[in-house]
Amino acid sequence: MTATTRIADRFAALGEEGRAGLVTFVTAGDPDEATSREILMALPGAGADLIELGMPFSDPMADGPSIQASSLRALKAGASLRKTLDLVTEFRGADDQTPIILMGYYNPIYIYGVETFIADAKAAGVDGLIIVDLPPEENEEMSLPAVKAGLNFIFLTAPTTDDARLPKVVEHAGGFVYYVSITGITGTSSAAATDVRDNVARLRRHTDLPIAVGFGIKTPAQAAEIARVADAAVVGSALVDLVADNLDGSGSATPGLADKVLEAVSKLAEGVRSAREEGAGQ
Amino acid sequence: MDNLNTYRAGADENGRFGIFGGRFVAETLMPLILEVEKAYVEAQGDPEFARDMGYYFSHYVGRPSPLYFARRLTEHLGGAKVYFKREDLNHTGAHKINNCIGQILLAKRMGKTRIIAETGAGQHGVATATVCALFDLPCTVYMGVTDIARQAPNVYRMKMLGAEVKPVKSGTGTLKDAMNEALRDWVANVHDTYYLIGTVAGPHPYPTMVRDFQSVIGGEVRQQINEAEGRLPDTLIACIGGGSNAMGLFYPFLDDTDTRIIAVEAAGKGLDTDKHAASLTAGAPGVLHGNRTYLLQNADGQIEEAHSISAGLDYPGIGPEHSWLHDVGRVEYVSATDDEAVAAFHLCTRLEGIIPALESAHALAYVEKIAGGLPADNLMVLCLSGRGDKDLDTIANLDGTTL
Repeated sequence: MTATTRIADRFAALGEEGRAGLVTFVTAGDPDEATSREILMALPGAGADLIELGMPFSDPMADGPSIQASSLRALKAGASLRKTLDLVTEFRGADDQTPIILMGYYNPIYIYGVETFIADAKAAGVDGLIIVDLPPEENEEMSLPAVKAGLNFIFLTAPTTDDARLPKVVEHAGGFVYYVSITGITGTSSAAATDVRDNVARLRRHTDLPIAVGFGIKTPAQAAEIARVADAAVVGSALVDLVADNLDGSGSATPGLADKVLEAVSKLAEGVRSAREEGAGQ
Repeated sequence: MDNLNTYRAGADENGRFGIFGGRFVAETLMPLILEVEKAYVEAQGDPEFARDMGYYFSHYVGRPSPLYFARRLTEHLGGAKVYFKREDLNHTGAHKINNCIGQILLAKRMGKTRIIAETGAGQHGVATATVCALFDLPCTVYMGVTDIARQAPNVYRMKMLGAEVKPVKSGTGTLKDAMNEALRDWVANVHDTYYLIGTVAGPHPYPTMVRDFQSVIGGEVRQQINEAEGRLPDTLIACIGGGSNAMGLFYPFLDDTDTRIIAVEAAGKGLDTDKHAASLTAGAPGVLHGNRTYLLQNADGQIEEAHSISAGLDYPGIGPEHSWLHDVGRVEYVSATDDEAVAAFHLCTRLEGIIPALESAHALAYVEKIAGGLPADNLMVLCLSGRGDKDLDTIANLDGTTL
């Protein structure tokens, strides 16, 4: 199979524009299939440069309360790995440019069957995979076959990943490298900009891939701050919180839920797009 | 491990027992997991570490625990000669303290200044809070809200010992959810925190390390049964949730293939219902909490809720070494229902004057089932893993009494 290049193409285009990218995370099937589809389809138009789509899991150990809740909402509404892949297929029918990265935990894929999943993901138009509980020590499980099949395997690096360990982590990395800016779970605390800058610089000594920074980025101002030092800023919990905030008493989506999420994406995109201009003027 | 000369070789350098085990954790934790492994390997080679363990085992835990011939139960069942390994007599009332002594000494060696733990029945929480009091370290214990409600005395004990008990509301509020929260805490506090896992599960090296610390149980049994009977036992039996008391009893006997080894899972309201915790009997291999093992899960790989009357067995997984022993056929994995465990609880209490933990009562229930059909010279050793004081509320409720 040929390698997907949407992620590389997108970062190349961002480079030409002279700005960083916005990566938005939403959970597939949250709060229900139709609303989730509505959000996903409109993300590129709202300013998302790359899309991270969460594969719901019952026990998301590295996630904070926001993403835990979004996963459980999706599962309650009938989400499954097969349906997540179907959603990607549908998206690809309308958009052949915006990279899609599936993010989640290993068990649902293991049960689906690793080889089958890789083939189906490729066929659906998935570009990259982030599997939180597959560190490089477990590369043979899935990342090596995924890379072989032409998918980008995106590795997480953390403040605890020291220089001695980084070469092992980035060895099979593709697409971009994801820097987890805090030691902690998603959607909780935020890192100091100076720490992020130093760590991104440290990462650049080990890889030529673009570097996206995530965990704890919630506001357009924070996204802009990250956009000044990294190649992309990832926002997730703040978006799924908006889903949570726009449900009725029975947990169903209220009218306009998707628009609220998309408005927030637009503001984050403005933040990211303005960052370098402001930076240049300073 | 395809060519078996021994059943005691695992885990391999990748933390695997066959296909089971491993290190399925987020990158943030990975460096720390490797640090724990390195520190544990060093400690194993240090005679001072062994001396310290021995000191606390003898003078603080009260080891060796007795191997007791259960005469009246044996007479009642009319078959195998049943011995109890009395882990209920340990300080804090269960086998959990063995592992806690080992790991707290390791945490001190590593210079960690804060301890976290998960607990189901509260026995591991109490044991952790106890060693934290002893070694003057702050302690946070994660416990599901369902378990807090049914194990109130243990919650109070932990608080008296100075631990902070954090209620976990997510999921069903039981052991699995408590472990998720403990892992989340660890990710956020890797710099100073040591996660003291209570069973033979989690990422490598925990399954191996906890097994090693608990193997004092089986090691003592070998010596004690030899003194009492002049030979090794014919049958070993223990209950399994995560499986630490069972691994502790079994491990030293795994290569004595004349010894039949049986582990008893919690069948809850029955294996034909969706309310049980029998991951080996009714689950499938999957990846959760850092290791590959048998799990209760649906066709989409979502983890299912476990049920057992016993909070300590209420977990949808099992230690990875058990999964391997299951697949290679060295250990028989069977199950006992809530009702069978409660009946065995009462039988043991009335016949032997020993109130067993509801966890251990599952193993007793299986002894009740098979002992009568075995000859009188079949030496059977049951791990009486804990005492049942903590379960009095549960039992009283079944009798329609409120304490």
